[in-house]
Amino acid sequence: MIEEGVFHNNVLRRKRLGILWSRFYFGSLIIAIVALITLFLTVVDQAFGTVSLSFVVDPATLTDGRPLDQLSTDELADILTSNLSAGRSRILLRDYVIVNYNADTYTKQPIQALLPNHTLDLAVGEKTLGTLSAEEISPILAQSLSSDALYNLVMIEVVQEQVLESWTLSKTVFEYNQIVAENNEEHPEGVLQFRSWLNARFLGTPMASDALKAGVRTALLGSLWIIGITIFFALPVGIGAAVYLEEYARAGSHSRLFNLANNLIETNIRNLAGVPSIIYGMLGLFVFVRLLGDLTQGRTILSAGLTMALLILPVIIINAQEAIRAVPYSIREASYGMGATRWQTVSRQVLPAALPGIMTGTILGVSRAVGETAPLIVVGAATFIVTDPTGFFSQFTALPIQVYQWTSLPQVEFRYVAAAAIVVLLILLLSLNATAIVLRNRYSRRLS
Amino acid sequence: MTSHAHSNKAVQLNKVSIYYGDYRAVKDVSLDIDRNKITAFIGPSGCGKSTVLRSINRMNDLVPGAHVEGEVLYRGRNLYAPDVDPVEVRRRIGMVFQKPNPFPKSIYDNIAYGPRLLGVKDRKVLDQIVELSLQQAALWDEVKNDLKKSGLALSGGQQQRLCIARAIAVEPDIILMDEPCSALDPIATQRIEELMKDLVKSYTIVIVTHNMQQAVRVSDYTAFYYIRKQEIDGKELRWGELVEFGKTKQVFDQPEQEETSDYISGRFG
Repeated sequence: MIEEGVFHNNVLRRKRLGILWSRFYFGSLIIAIVALITLFLTVVDQAFGTVSLSFVVDPATLTDGRPLDQLSTDELADILTSNLSAGRSRILLRDYVIVNYNADTYTKQPIQALLPNHTLDLAVGEKTLGTLSAEEISPILAQSLSSDALYNLVMIEVVQEQVLESWTLSKTVFEYNQIVAENNEEHPEGVLQFRSWLNARFLGTPMASDALKAGVRTALLGSLWIIGITIFFALPVGIGAAVYLEEYARAGSHSRLFNLANNLIETNIRNLAGVPSIIYGMLGLFVFVRLLGDLTQGRTILSAGLTMALLILPVIIINAQEAIRAVPYSIREASYGMGATRWQTVSRQVLPAALPGIMTGTILGVSRAVGETAPLIVVGAATFIVTDPTGFFSQFTALPIQVYQWTSLPQVEFRYVAAAAIVVLLILLLSLNATAIVLRNRYSRRLS
Repeated sequence: MTSHAHSNKAVQLNKVSIYYGDYRAVKDVSLDIDRNKITAFIGPSGCGKSTVLRSINRMNDLVPGAHVEGEVLYRGRNLYAPDVDPVEVRRRIGMVFQKPNPFPKSIYDNIAYGPRLLGVKDRKVLDQIVELSLQQAALWDEVKNDLKKSGLALSGGQQQRLCIARAIAVEPDIILMDEPCSALDPIATQRIEELMKDLVKSYTIVIVTHNMQQAVRVSDYTAFYYIRKQEIDGKELRWGELVEFGKTKQVFDQPEQEETSDYISGRFG
């Protein structure tokens, strides 16, 4: 018999225990959220901030008081050509406007022939590049380049700014007076300016040795290429393996040895998902770079993508298996009951129903691949590369490699550049995940 | 085959034993199922009635380790002969399951699934099959205006009729029903029972049911299965056996076996 008093005490104790645990769960959630917010703040803190700049030419002296980035293309082109030698102007015209030219003959061709899409004055058009004056070059630049491009050229060619010192966003917000004092004392010539290290130019320009000019374009494209190659190889193989394990190996009658081998394989796939990524890097180096070097041409973007595909294959297989297993058996039964073959059942019922889950798994895997650095270093990512990847056999770098490399440089500014690159990496990851969620929701809505 | 087309037997089970691995779940079942009649399988849980039902269209093949001894004759051929393709068998002998299990697709695609499997691509033919099957399953009037709606959006009873329509769509001879009403309310159950009485004019129906009133209401023949036990080396072995088979009226009014009369009178089970 249970005494009323004992029961009562017990109820209180049980309830207290429940409250204790619920507090623990809530605490865990808070810790996770705080960690995330800290990460986010640290990155943002460094990606924006104040810089102290010095100029060869002060931009304020170039204009009539308006800011440089609000000038028209004509005015910017004029500033450019009037502050540069005629020779330098011609080089800009050649490199940014003509772009494609025959190195042997371009000096002898009339300028109109080099620029067939431009309408030039007859007198100007007949001249060769070498005889053009700065005044004649200015309108051509103005009509060919965007104001952004011209602004960048003015900054790089004329203003030639240099970072003397830089401060983080938090310091800018909370201790701006101190920054001003510091700057006046140490760099009297330095001009303080708010700078977003993450800007359009940062996305559009390749790596450079100067923090102000360094961009993330090559790394971003490299990462996108690697993602593409990884998905292309890992997705079909991963889904195929999962379908085999779930629908063929598990169902039907098999010998005991077959089942044993099968269990062994499954266990090992699970173990493979936990193998450190650098091991995959070494595997990739040996298999794709060395052994299959004739096919992959060595340390190329293809080798990197294939290595990443190997890395995320277990993740994709395991998630696809879970997704396939979650498809109710009754659906398979119904399909078989209508006279469907196994392949018809898999392709028309099981895979479509499992697709949302498979996509989630794939995105998880790809997210891992996007952030991986170690295997890429082993496989041979280039540390300094300014040309975009153009195909499977290009040399490459990737966002995490670039971040890693920038953070290890001695100049403080590169830390901020790295922070900006991290923001790009995070945005890339988030947009990948968002795409997956949108696709998945659209698909699940069609199902139910 | 033609010589059997006139036979009034749809399926003949001849000393059928069904094994899961080494374990014999059902022993020596022999019975004939008449064409265009409803045959009910009744008995307590674990007596093997569902297992026997599933052996008729080889659904047991999907269970790892399951195998069948004895003969299941359909149109004079043993369905378990090595040259018989289970895919072909299941197309001729359709199945409706305990829980309504429409595919997560539209009503139209649910019905068209079977014909498409068989290679029907012509949209007009498919339209026709869908309409005819839904009419036969007494569902057409309720859903004809939203064939694009998901099959899962229907009520339980409608879902089960959709599953029946889906089974009909591949033009089977026989429809096996494994407790088709156990998940339904009495009104939906009544509709399914009426539907079965309609369908039996064109199809042979075998139904497993826990509900003895249902067996009395709808079936022409009843097979009563029961669990046998035996102690071997201290271990208790259990298997199912067919105890009594005959016209439903006779099985329920004048059962020959004591176990049958005990079971149907509700003294146990």
